[in-house]
Amino acid sequence: MEQLNTEKITTPKLFILSGLFLVVFGLLFGIVGAFQYIIPGLFKEYLSFEKVRPLHVSSVIFWIIITAVGGTWTYILEYTQKKIYSSILIKIQLILFVFTFIAILISYFFGVFGGREYWEFPPLLALPIVLGWVLFIINFIKTIKTIKHHPVYVWMWFTGTVFFLFTFLESYLWIFPYFRNNVVNDMTIQWKSYGSMVGSWNMLIYGCSIYLMDKISGNKAYARSNIAFALYFTGLFNLMFNWGHHIYVLPTHNFIKHISYLVSMTELFIIGRIIYKWNSTLSEAKKNFYRSSYRFLAAADVWIFLNLLLAIMMSIPAINLYTHGTHITVAHTMGTTIGINTMLLLAIAYETLSNSCISFEPYKKLMKSGYWIANFSLFIFWISLIIAGILKSKWQMSTEQIPFAEMKEMLKPYFYSFLIAGTVLATGLIMVIYPLVKNQVLCILNTEGKQIEKTEL
Amino acid sequence: MLSEKQKLVLIIFLTIAFLSYSVYLYTFLPYKQRKISEQCVKGMDLWQKYNCNACHQVYGLGGYLGPDLTNVYSKRGPEYIAAFLQSGTQIMPKFNFSEDEIKSLLAFLEMMDKSGKADPRTYKINKDGTIEY
Repeated sequence: MEQLNTEKITTPKLFILSGLFLVVFGLLFGIVGAFQYIIPGLFKEYLSFEKVRPLHVSSVIFWIIITAVGGTWTYILEYTQKKIYSSILIKIQLILFVFTFIAILISYFFGVFGGREYWEFPPLLALPIVLGWVLFIINFIKTIKTIKHHPVYVWMWFTGTVFFLFTFLESYLWIFPYFRNNVVNDMTIQWKSYGSMVGSWNMLIYGCSIYLMDKISGNKAYARSNIAFALYFTGLFNLMFNWGHHIYVLPTHNFIKHISYLVSMTELFIIGRIIYKWNSTLSEAKKNFYRSSYRFLAAADVWIFLNLLLAIMMSIPAINLYTHGTHITVAHTMGTTIGINTMLLLAIAYETLSNSCISFEPYKKLMKSGYWIANFSLFIFWISLIIAGILKSKWQMSTEQIPFAEMKEMLKPYFYSFLIAGTVLATGLIMVIYPLVKNQVLCILNTEGKQIEKTEL
Repeated sequence: MLSEKQKLVLIIFLTIAFLSYSVYLYTFLPYKQRKISEQCVKGMDLWQKYNCNACHQVYGLGGYLGPDLTNVYSKRGPEYIAAFLQSGTQIMPKFNFSEDEIKSLLAFLEMMDKSGKADPRTYKINKDGTIEY
């Protein structure tokens, strides 16, 4: 019978634990924001929507980034058998990230914003993140030394770290009047950076997922296979050139739109492979579904398929014209950040944090229920947004438009189902997260660490 | 099987292509620089300071609580916008803008309006799936 890992909590685990706190904040602010759609003016005086939205968005993005970094470090430590360049640099990186993320969230409460669309905070607070990321890259490169002869996940971690820094810096070019003085120029560069930045953190997450799959299956051949590298290069190609679909309606260079349209179609190759591998994926799932971490990987597979289909459709300019600016875009964002990123990160979190300090046996039922509740409610949440988006699209394209406020009233039934499904989704995810957090907090409090038998969820 | 050398060549090629594309875009921005008024810059700062994007969209990008404001200047006119800015709405807080701040925000919205049209109905759809303005 396997014993629990009673080692003192490591820095990479602290990255993941911080991420779990952040995702809970993100979910709670998401619920507040959804209520504000239903009850106009709710908390208008103290916590109006322009504060709630960045609180929700940034908490969730920080969850994704910090947990992806924690997962990457956890697996680099395993892969290199702890032969890393500097553990102090990892600690400094964690401190920089945690304190900066807290400062950013506090700044929103005081109404101090960066004011950019989507992910925004005051530019000064970007500096410690840049510094932390530079340390990450130095430490990573000094540890790995070369990307030659490594499996695909090392290539993914390498490109993810380097391209994140590049795109993060690029997203601050707006501070120069040369880029900022025309809204079209500004938005072109802004969405170039954001589009590629998402691809960069996906590289870290997918790299960790492939490492985890190898570990579960015990098959090390896949990560060195041609197909793994073909998929990696397809992903990288899309990271670099498939960002133009965000700005099809912007009067920018036409070649940006044509390049993005063509490049996005290479994603059909990924869809084709998912369909081709469907049967073997199913039998693999049946074999490993008893493992909690595998269960999240299986859920992510389904969400990848659904969201990739939606993404490919949205990458066709003629369809994008209808979906752009509607809740279909939100459905895609939620589907990818919750259905794909969060499920994969929870797989990593369960693999990394679940076998320590307390027995999971009493929480087995809670975790299983939370898993199914989260996935079913996410589907209803996703569908509600798609229907609301279709109705908004119809409004956007109609020749005789009713006023904006009336259109919003028309969408209200779908906002209700979005609110209910969103609240249930948050409850399900918190049910999944609670045992992990409790376990780690007990680990920190109980430094001796009791030896308890490991139970597989 | 792809050799290590082939993988390296591929990643170097892609990175050079990406960097060249980036530098090209920075150098040849879609619009030649126009000098904008100080009032407009101040309006831009206010737009960011009050995080207007959280609720409003520009070219379909932004929040969903309020309407897209790309062409609100020509559609509704400055007086209509100023009234909203002064009083707030059931959802939008009253920000207590000064006269000068309202003028700055109007200058910014005017600049945005002149940059192009965000209405999807004004686009033509081609058979190959592309769109034209």
